[in-house]
Amino acid sequence: MNNWTSTRRDFLIKFGGGLGVLFGASLVGCGPIRRIVAGQLDGVLQPYETDKSPDIWFEITPENNIILKSPKVEMGQGLFTGLAMLAAEELDVNYEQIQVVHSSTNNGPVDPRSTGGSDSTFGLWNVLRELSATMRQMLLDNASTLMNVPANELTTKEGIVSGNRKQMTYGEIAARSTKWEVPKDTPKLKSKSSFKVIGKEVARTDLRPKVTGDPIYGLDAHLPEMLYGMVVRKPSVDTEFVSADVSRAKKIPGVVIIVQEEDFVGVVATSKTAAINAHAAIDAKWKVNKIWQQTEIEEKIKVGKGKAYVIQKEGNAENILDDDENVLKFEYTSPIGAHAQLEPNGALADYKDGKVDIYMSTQVAKITQDEVAKRLNIDTENVNVITTFLGGGFGRRLHTPNAMQAAVLSKAIGKPVHCFFSRKEEFQNDMFRPPTHHVLRAKLTSDGILEALEHQVSSGTVAFGSPFIPGFAEAALGADFGAWRGGLINYSAVPNYQAVSWKVELPFATSWWRGLGLMANTFAIESFMDEVAIAAKKDPIEFRLAQIKNDKEGSRLIKVIEATRDKSGWGKALPEDHFHGFACSTDAQTPVAQVAEVSVIDGEIKVHKVTCAIDPGIAINPDGIRSQCEGGIIMGMSATMFEKMTIKDSVIEQTIYGPYKMALIKHAPKEIDVVILENSDKPSGVGEPPIGPIGAAIANAVFAATGKRLRNLPLTEELEKHDG
Amino acid sequence: MKVNFTINNQPASVDAAENEPLLWVIRDTLNMKGTKFGCGKAACGACTIHINGQAVRSCSYPAKLAEGKEITTIEGLSKGDILHPVQQAWLEEGVPQCGYCQPGFMMATAAMLKSTPNPTDENIDDQISNICRCATYYRMRKAIHRAVELTNSTS
Repeated sequence: MNNWTSTRRDFLIKFGGGLGVLFGASLVGCGPIRRIVAGQLDGVLQPYETDKSPDIWFEITPENNIILKSPKVEMGQGLFTGLAMLAAEELDVNYEQIQVVHSSTNNGPVDPRSTGGSDSTFGLWNVLRELSATMRQMLLDNASTLMNVPANELTTKEGIVSGNRKQMTYGEIAARSTKWEVPKDTPKLKSKSSFKVIGKEVARTDLRPKVTGDPIYGLDAHLPEMLYGMVVRKPSVDTEFVSADVSRAKKIPGVVIIVQEEDFVGVVATSKTAAINAHAAIDAKWKVNKIWQQTEIEEKIKVGKGKAYVIQKEGNAENILDDDENVLKFEYTSPIGAHAQLEPNGALADYKDGKVDIYMSTQVAKITQDEVAKRLNIDTENVNVITTFLGGGFGRRLHTPNAMQAAVLSKAIGKPVHCFFSRKEEFQNDMFRPPTHHVLRAKLTSDGILEALEHQVSSGTVAFGSPFIPGFAEAALGADFGAWRGGLINYSAVPNYQAVSWKVELPFATSWWRGLGLMANTFAIESFMDEVAIAAKKDPIEFRLAQIKNDKEGSRLIKVIEATRDKSGWGKALPEDHFHGFACSTDAQTPVAQVAEVSVIDGEIKVHKVTCAIDPGIAINPDGIRSQCEGGIIMGMSATMFEKMTIKDSVIEQTIYGPYKMALIKHAPKEIDVVILENSDKPSGVGEPPIGPIGAAIANAVFAATGKRLRNLPLTEELEKHDG
Repeated sequence: MKVNFTINNQPASVDAAENEPLLWVIRDTLNMKGTKFGCGKAACGACTIHINGQAVRSCSYPAKLAEGKEITTIEGLSKGDILHPVQQAWLEEGVPQCGYCQPGFMMATAAMLKSTPNPTDENIDDQISNICRCATYYRMRKAIHRAVELTNSTS
């Protein structure tokens, strides 16, 4: 527990009144300066020494607000609100007094890895509360000296220290302190029963700038004399850049420079229009390694091809299932998926005198910094990555080579260069969600109980090849843990079960997408469980409940299933033509169960209502959890009902919204009922888990409605095939 | 070429290239970043603004056609610190997640409410076709109905 061993000499610098005044003033003002710094605190303070020093994380302003610099990014998941609540709880301030901003790599705690995997809150749960409690203790100690009252006679409330009929705000204490002593022991944290902030219904802290259109995103970054840059990106998969003829592009009005590197060519111009025109006029030569067709990709992604890794094994499922001709066996597939985040990738690079600032939406600021430093051959501390709010992440911003490209362009012209992707490039050069193929097998006893169950999944890679995953991981682990995420069997009471992951090399990059393998794997497993329950002539929910051990983890899953069953009115009368489908999953230690109420009329699948029970252990911000469930459910609907990318002659066919069909407001359920359970002593992930069950819940409802079993995503296209 | 128009009740005179979309003029020349770039093909609605009171996807609207017109962007939707009922409703319902697409949705909604002051769910389904990847549609629908209440209670 004890992380604070010595007095930190530079502590007062971090609390310096002048800095506080500067930042406090700009926060209070409504002008453009506030907007620029809203997500960025740059160059004001010293580089961090350790990511656990409280002086790195906090600044106290004279107005008695506390700036908390987050090493994890806000990409819509509501993280900053949750962090403000954690800090407020131990600092004894209102959560509105905490202004959470992104760390830049030169100012604030830096995450060496990434934001993703639904582990930010879980990872900071103890760290941030300990830091906050420590800072409160330091404020108390200094207040004791300044107020001449023994520390144990002082109390704190709403950022004010009181004792012996005297008061000081934290802001006053910080402004008047010249020395800070870090306590030897971390103060004792509050128990769950004494929480005043955690668990309260609060509004997101970032709503106001998001409804007024403040420039808080990477693409909004703007500097004087800024120029606009575009890099020519590959038009097809399995294709390499060779060279470019830029003679036509050079003549486009507004072009300032065209930069030709060994691995890319980029243009810098005085306006976006000029950059776009010149970019279109660059005649790039490509080496197409092989012409690929969609059917070839689908042929590669097949259980039985590539390398197999047993990732879960209990009993002897394989032998039982191999030896019996009457096993149930069905196959499922999911297509290539796009991130399709609304803010296209881009970066503003400002290179001057061997140093470069990068303003961008990134989920991997440290990796971005390292990549830029390596390319420019400068020390990492000369690269400052200033993370902004992200206009959607979903995993797309875990790969940021475009920062390095922007830096190269800026260095070449000596001015700030704002680089951006076109939407077509965004789709063509996405780090796709890999397509998958699943084979499920089961054997029932004569009583209709599962004797053996097996899930085999074939997928392109997710985790391996990512810059923040060590290169040795693939050799050490074998199976790609991103691809099989959500692919384990949670039906722990089945005596024999196993899961097998098949790893396939694809001719294009595949990567992290919200929930990783969760959505596809859960679609397959939970569709299959429905089929097996029906074969066993059992109610699909009761059938599942009978296959789960009532142990620590199992009991949490059982409880969300029961809550969903009871809240949805499962088994009771529904409006005419409405049918229920059920599915569940556990991801990031959070079990989720969902019932979809669906009608299928004239071949159209309509989702009317979704009931969702989730157990995030401890609910820090219930409204934030509901928001993530609602969004995750509809995004999951979008991906499982409509979305699909295809390849023809190596070219991605869907390069714009529309052809890449996604859910609109008209597809959203009119009712989403979220039930939050808290059956753990620590919080677990919320951002991804709700996206798991929805696809299978809809498909299972479609079966109830029509008798048609949809085993291939997307569901609308599959239903059309059934309807012929 | 020179183009003259009014934006958020302020006169503007800008240089625009022949094929320049109004979106770049607003974002880059005028440095008003509330109107977002999403697709450049009028397919997502992130860049929705009002031109003479009509919702327009500015990424596909040539700047030269703005001559003499009245433009409103998200920055001009509120009156100073007083939010427009649509923004207020968005705030109350806690709609935004990443928030990037929301200005476009709020502009599309504000325009819809002018022509359809009491929209049914079917009206909303027909008229709001923007894209939100965080899929905040559930709260958006509530917020649209809430905006109607707020508008009716203040008028």
